[in-house]
Amino acid sequence: MHTHAQQTSVPPLVRDRVDNFHGQQLLYVGWDHHTMICAPIALLVSPELHFGELIDSLLPASAFALHSEWPQIDWAHVEWLHADRPFTPERDATLKAQGIGHKAYLRLRTPALRGIAGTGA
Amino acid sequence: MNTQDTRRPAGKKLSLKEKYAQMTRGLGWDTSYEPMDQVFDQLGLEGIKIHDWDKWEDPFRLTMDAYWKYQAEKERKLYAVLDAFQQNNGHLNISDARYVNTLKLFFTGITPAEYNAHRLFAMLGRQFPGPGAAIACQMQAVDELRHVQTQIHSISQYNKYFNGLHDHTVMNDRLWYLSVPKSFFEDAISSGPFEQIIAISFALEYLLTNLVFMPFMSGAAYNGDMATVTFGFSSQSDEARHMTLGLECIKFVLEQDPGNAAIIQRYLDKWFWRGYKVLGLVSMMLDYMLPKKVMSWKEAWDIYFVQNGGSLFNDLSRYGLSMPKYWEQSVAEAEHLSHQTWNAFYNFSGAAAFHVWLPSDEDMAWLAEKYPNTFDQHYRPRIEHYRKLQAEGKRYYNPSLPMLCQTCQTPLIFTEMDDPTRTSHRQLEHDGDTYHFCSDGCRDIFAEQPDKYVSAWLPAHQILQGNCVEPGTEAAGDPGADALRYFHVVAGQDNLDYEGSPDEANWRRWKGLDKTTPAAAA
Ligand SMILES: [Fe+2]
Ligand SMILES: [Fe+2]
Repeated sequence: MHTHAQQTSVPPLVRDRVDNFHGQQLLYVGWDHHTMICAPIALLVSPELHFGELIDSLLPASAFALHSEWPQIDWAHVEWLHADRPFTPERDATLKAQGIGHKAYLRLRTPALRGIAGTGA
Repeated sequence: MNTQDTRRPAGKKLSLKEKYAQMTRGLGWDTSYEPMDQVFDQLGLEGIKIHDWDKWEDPFRLTMDAYWKYQAEKERKLYAVLDAFQQNNGHLNISDARYVNTLKLFFTGITPAEYNAHRLFAMLGRQFPGPGAAIACQMQAVDELRHVQTQIHSISQYNKYFNGLHDHTVMNDRLWYLSVPKSFFEDAISSGPFEQIIAISFALEYLLTNLVFMPFMSGAAYNGDMATVTFGFSSQSDEARHMTLGLECIKFVLEQDPGNAAIIQRYLDKWFWRGYKVLGLVSMMLDYMLPKKVMSWKEAWDIYFVQNGGSLFNDLSRYGLSMPKYWEQSVAEAEHLSHQTWNAFYNFSGAAAFHVWLPSDEDMAWLAEKYPNTFDQHYRPRIEHYRKLQAEGKRYYNPSLPMLCQTCQTPLIFTEMDDPTRTSHRQLEHDGDTYHFCSDGCRDIFAEQPDKYVSAWLPAHQILQGNCVEPGTEAAGDPGADALRYFHVVAGQDNLDYEGSPDEANWRRWKGLDKTTPAAAA
């Protein structure tokens, strides 16, 4: 499809460019098989955030912490995915240092925890 | 001037056929001061080839004077019923005050879409050089304006008594879940003329309209809402004409040039998927919001899409068209769609302009019967858990912002059909940025026209950019509270659960359901 806008050389308006987030960036986090949290969450974070702070302060203030299985997570055995591929985070490194850029999507998997009544909810 | 003298002897009326020729087809002319292709300058841009506009068949052969007469008659009947509804306090005859929440969804989500449809057809009428097509568009532009107006008048009675209906235009512009229908229409209205007419007249009006109107209008009838039944009935008679325009248009375009079919198929694939994603809201309304149920979403999808749509595409196969891409997926998802959509509103009811409530035991028995493969297995345990939390005074509200699909703007609330508790997610890189999608369908639509969708106004991102603060006010520092004010949702009045809401308290008082509580001051 061609429209007038695309025929001229006006560059498209990229509304969610990282510059529009005032030095911060978007980070999405999902928790597999815990559908009580109806969708992955969107966080505003600094690229200098340490991964450990994400786990210790940001996620505990999110919807995740309201799930009854949250306190039972064994963080040493959480499986992480970044852009849907297996990923091993470093607690003491920043997001930037481990390649977690603007609009990155992280998923955590906790196979021992099976959701509400074991249903993945 | 070389116009033929078409004057007739005084006193002799035109026959219907002459009238149609003079007052519809005869209204077109070829421009001579400016070249036709510059006057109708959007026509060539999509690659659709039209060789002869005179081949446009007009099944209604409606002239403008007859149009005004019919429509005026419809209006007279409608307003007579609305007057009676108001004088007799018709709002007290509905099944339950919970029902009004379906009207809140309709009025904030669909009524503004009617207005956008009016704008779209007004512009389309200007773009088509054939008078048959142009006049059909003009009539529909006026119809859609009538729909907006009658809906506002019908619902104004409810607005006097129930919350959440006070500001549908601002809500449609700003409220997070309404960006789903709003972006659908804005996507259509910013397309080329043929894509617009395929999107709205064919994909929406012909293929999917029964899935919007049937649920709301039968829902109204089952739940004693005479005002909505009446405006629905009044619009429905226009819909028949709109659907015919959609079908006529697609056949005309396909017959004009064999090269058109591939473009039309691409539009159908896109607009089927866009429309289907908007219908998630309707699925929730059917299965979770009607106090007296009409039919399940799955039943509606089977009848109106699988069966009716299937036979339509059978008909169109002679032009080389096939069922829209990913239609099978919509069928597999029919057993999950409403449950997952409702869960999102249970999570975020703090930020909605209507109330939610937990299904009763009776509701759950109905859901289990309608969804034997999924409800007890996946969805009942979650609802029972919510019920337990509520009984303990620990009602779960999701305090976070959701990740959204770049194309349909729905939060990523849907799951993989081979693993129904894992979020369905797709992503791609474009021009140095990452984009996320709820489905293959939405990813494909983006990939086809990335420059259009990179500019999507995604509510969650706008809140995080600090753009969702009511103009003229200072940010209070609490983005959630700021966003509610920006949405024009009154906290504690329009949002949260039905139980404990002012709507519930009023209803109980009006209906005398609360014998133990003294009537609150009016
Ligand atoms: Fe309409
Ligand atoms: Fe989507």
